[in-house]
Order: sequence, then C-alpha cells, then structure tokens
Amino acid sequence: MTDAADRDEDGLPTLRVLGLTKTFGDNIVLDGVSLSVSKGKTVCVLGPSGSGKSTLLRCVNWLERPDQGAIFLGSTRVGFRNAGGGILMTARELAQVRARMGMVFQHFNLWPHLTVLENIIEAPMHVLRRPREKAVHTAETLLKRVGLIDKRNDFPSRLSGGQKQRVGIARALAMEPEVLLFDEPTSALDPETVGEVIAVMRTLSAEGRTMLVVTHEMQFARETANEIVFIDRGRIVEKSAPQLFFASPQTERARQFLQRYSVR
Amino acid sequence: MIRDFSIVLENMDRLLVGLMNTVLLSTTGIFLSLLIGVAFAAALMSENRVVVRLTRALVDTMRCIPFLLLAYLVYYALPSLGLNFDNWTSGLVAIVIYNAGYMAEILRGVWAQLPRESIDAGSAFGFYGRNLYLRIILPQVVLAAIPMIGNQSIQVIKDTAFLMIIAVPELTHAASSIQSKYYVPFAAFISAVALYWAMCSVIEAGVRRVERIAQVRR
Repeated sequence: MTDAADRDEDGLPTLRVLGLTKTFGDNIVLDGVSLSVSKGKTVCVLGPSGSGKSTLLRCVNWLERPDQGAIFLGSTRVGFRNAGGGILMTARELAQVRARMGMVFQHFNLWPHLTVLENIIEAPMHVLRRPREKAVHTAETLLKRVGLIDKRNDFPSRLSGGQKQRVGIARALAMEPEVLLFDEPTSALDPETVGEVIAVMRTLSAEGRTMLVVTHEMQFARETANEIVFIDRGRIVEKSAPQLFFASPQTERARQFLQRYSVR
Repeated sequence: MIRDFSIVLENMDRLLVGLMNTVLLSTTGIFLSLLIGVAFAAALMSENRVVVRLTRALVDTMRCIPFLLLAYLVYYALPSLGLNFDNWTSGLVAIVIYNAGYMAEILRGVWAQLPRESIDAGSAFGFYGRNLYLRIILPQVVLAAIPMIGNQSIQVIKDTAFLMIIAVPELTHAASSIQSKYYVPFAAFISAVALYWAMCSVIEAGVRRVERIAQVRR
C-alpha cells in the first residue's frame, strides 16, 4: 500500500496528537506526546500502569482538557475553533467533534437505565438525529455482528462483562466514527471473556477501521497493530512496527516491560 | 362510640370531598415540586458559580421557612403585593414552594453520588447541556432517588393538613368541621387518620413497585 492510500482526501492522517501535555497538580501525566493514526490503521499504545495511557485517550476527545499541545481529527482542531488555538469551541461544537469519535471504555460505561438496543440507538437518534427506524436497523445489524441480537431487550445489569463490552463496541460503531478509541477494553474482564472481545476487535482492524487502542493484550497488539507506541512515565519511549518492537525493543525500559508481560 | 362513628359515616360525603381535595393537592403538589426540583437541581450542579450561589440561597430559604408561616405568607401577605390567589391555589403554591427545595436537594444529592462513568460516556458520544441532563443523567438520578422521592411525597400529603388554617377544604378541614358540628372528635379525627394512612400506603406500595422496575435499570 502506498503512503498516499493511508491518508484521506485532505492528505492528513485521521488523527494527530501533537506535543500533548497534561498535568494533575504537580504530577506530569503526559509530557509532549505526539502520534498519528492514518486512515484504516490500528495503533496500539502500550506501557506500564500509571504511564498516562488512559489520560492520553481521554485527552484525544477532551474528556480531559489538555494543558498543552494540539489534537487534530482530520483538519479539525479538537477543542478550538481555529487550527492555531486560542478560540475555544462552544459546548455544542465540542460535542459535535466528540460524536465523530467512537469511544470504548475500560468499565464499559453503558447507560444502565437503557436496554442493550436503546444503548446503541441513543446517540445516533438524539445526537446525530437519525430517524428511529434507521438507528434500530443499524443497531440490529451491529448486534448480530457481535453475537448479541438475542440480548437486545436486556438491561446491562443482566449481561456478563464480555457481553457488556461487545455492546460497548456496537454502541461506538453505530456512530460511524472516523476513529475508534479503545481505553483498555479488556482490562476489567474475566480472563475467559477477554477472547470474545478481542475477536471482535480483530475483525474491526482487519476491515480497515481506524483504531487507537490502549491495551495490555500483547498478542493482540503484536498480531493486529500497524504501529506500537510505547509510553512510560508520560513520554513516548518507542514508536515502531510491532515485529520490530516485540522482537528487538530498542530501549531498556521496553525490554523490561516486555519481559514482565511475556512472563504473565 | 359506635354512634359517633355512624355520625361520621353519615357525613362521609364531606369527608370524601376533603379526601379528594387532599389527593388533588398532594399529587399536583408532588408533580410540580418535582418538576421545579429537576430545574433547580440542574442549576445547583451548574458550572456557573453565580447560578449555583443564587439557587443555593433560594433553595435554602425555601427549606428554612416553617410551612405554616409560608402558607400564611402566600395567603395573607402576597395579596398586598398584588398577587391574589384563592384558598386552594394559595395552598398549592405554598406546598410547591416548600417542597421544590427539598426535591431539588434530594436530586442534587443523588446526582453528586452518581458514578462518573455513564456521564463520561454521554459526553464522549456527543451529549451536552440539556440533552445530557435529561437523557443520560436525570433518568439515572430519578431511578436512584425513588425511595427518597416517595418519602418526600408522604411528607407532602401530611403537610396539606396544615392548609385548613387558610380554609382549604381538605381532609383535616372536613374532619374538623364534622367534629365541631356533632362534637365527635375521636371518631372524626380517627377516620381522617385512617384515610391519611391509606394514602401513604398507596405511595409506599407504588414505591415498592417502581423499585422493582428500577432494580434492573441500575
């Protein structure tokens, strides 16, 4: 595949993070993080717990407001009206940008007062203003895909963790997002249900979805990612192709990290 | 004693009119105060500090005026400001003002305890402002607050009894007029108590029922 084919009409990667810095009090969680995700590619972010991976993802759609740096979705600067920054988006404008990104959460974050089907059609209907029929049709197609069509009228409290996360993925896909953000989607799951979620994520990657995935699933990262971004203490330590990263990590910290996780 | 109760029974129509008024006052009062409470809770959780301060002051004032005094104020004092309500409406206004503050405080408290996750998901999927509140936050808040809203509703029913002092023809007023006409205080008041008890039982049964529905939605 040529480089040009990775890019959209504007010639820009789908998602760009430039010099992202975020502090909580005195604690520097992210320190000048830059990465980009081209159209149709899967980028996996790896790193020890507390390295700032989740904060990175939450900064991408401004659930956490970055202190410095810029995030671009296509040509849109997230959070600002102008590419140079300075003029903040209104709540409405920010919401519109967020709706273009699908997020899958570590703790699923399904809406407990809505059924499985209602969870999936809620944002398409009430954010994107799609007609109900169309939203339901899309939701049912997605539920068949993740193998949960028979659970359509159940409430989330009745589902297992793996089922909840598959609903979470279907809910994100229903928005037809430009990029999918996965925040440790399998970390809160029982080991026996991790597989069913990973299987869905593999097919999404294979069909050319644009994905930024924070994960501890090394096998998934090795076999699915187009690029590995290794973060430690808020900084990018290594950025390379998965074959290279897993076979011969360039830094001592990455080596230690891989040792710890391959023992597991 | 049995004769006293048969006198009350003969005047059952008056008691039932009182009961009807109490039911009407209570249900309208609960509904309206909850509605205002929903708006005030949003203001109390606002990111705008000025809005929070003003609403906080208002809600605290509403909760700190003794109900009896509030009823007097609405009925006797508001006309001097040019606001004239009849007895019934004055009673309703007093009920709503008094309880809206409590409802707001109940909803705000539950909202503050609500797990952050599902609200985050709402924001991430493009909900904001009123849409986020009414579609994502409020349903969860109400489901969690049902027992407390039920409690407050029982309080509303009992508060309506005070309204006899501004001559609202509610249940206590009816019982009192029966007792003063025939001098049957025990029978008249006990009958009224039984009817209040029945109303509260309906509320409690309703709360239990809704709780069962709410359980799977949490």
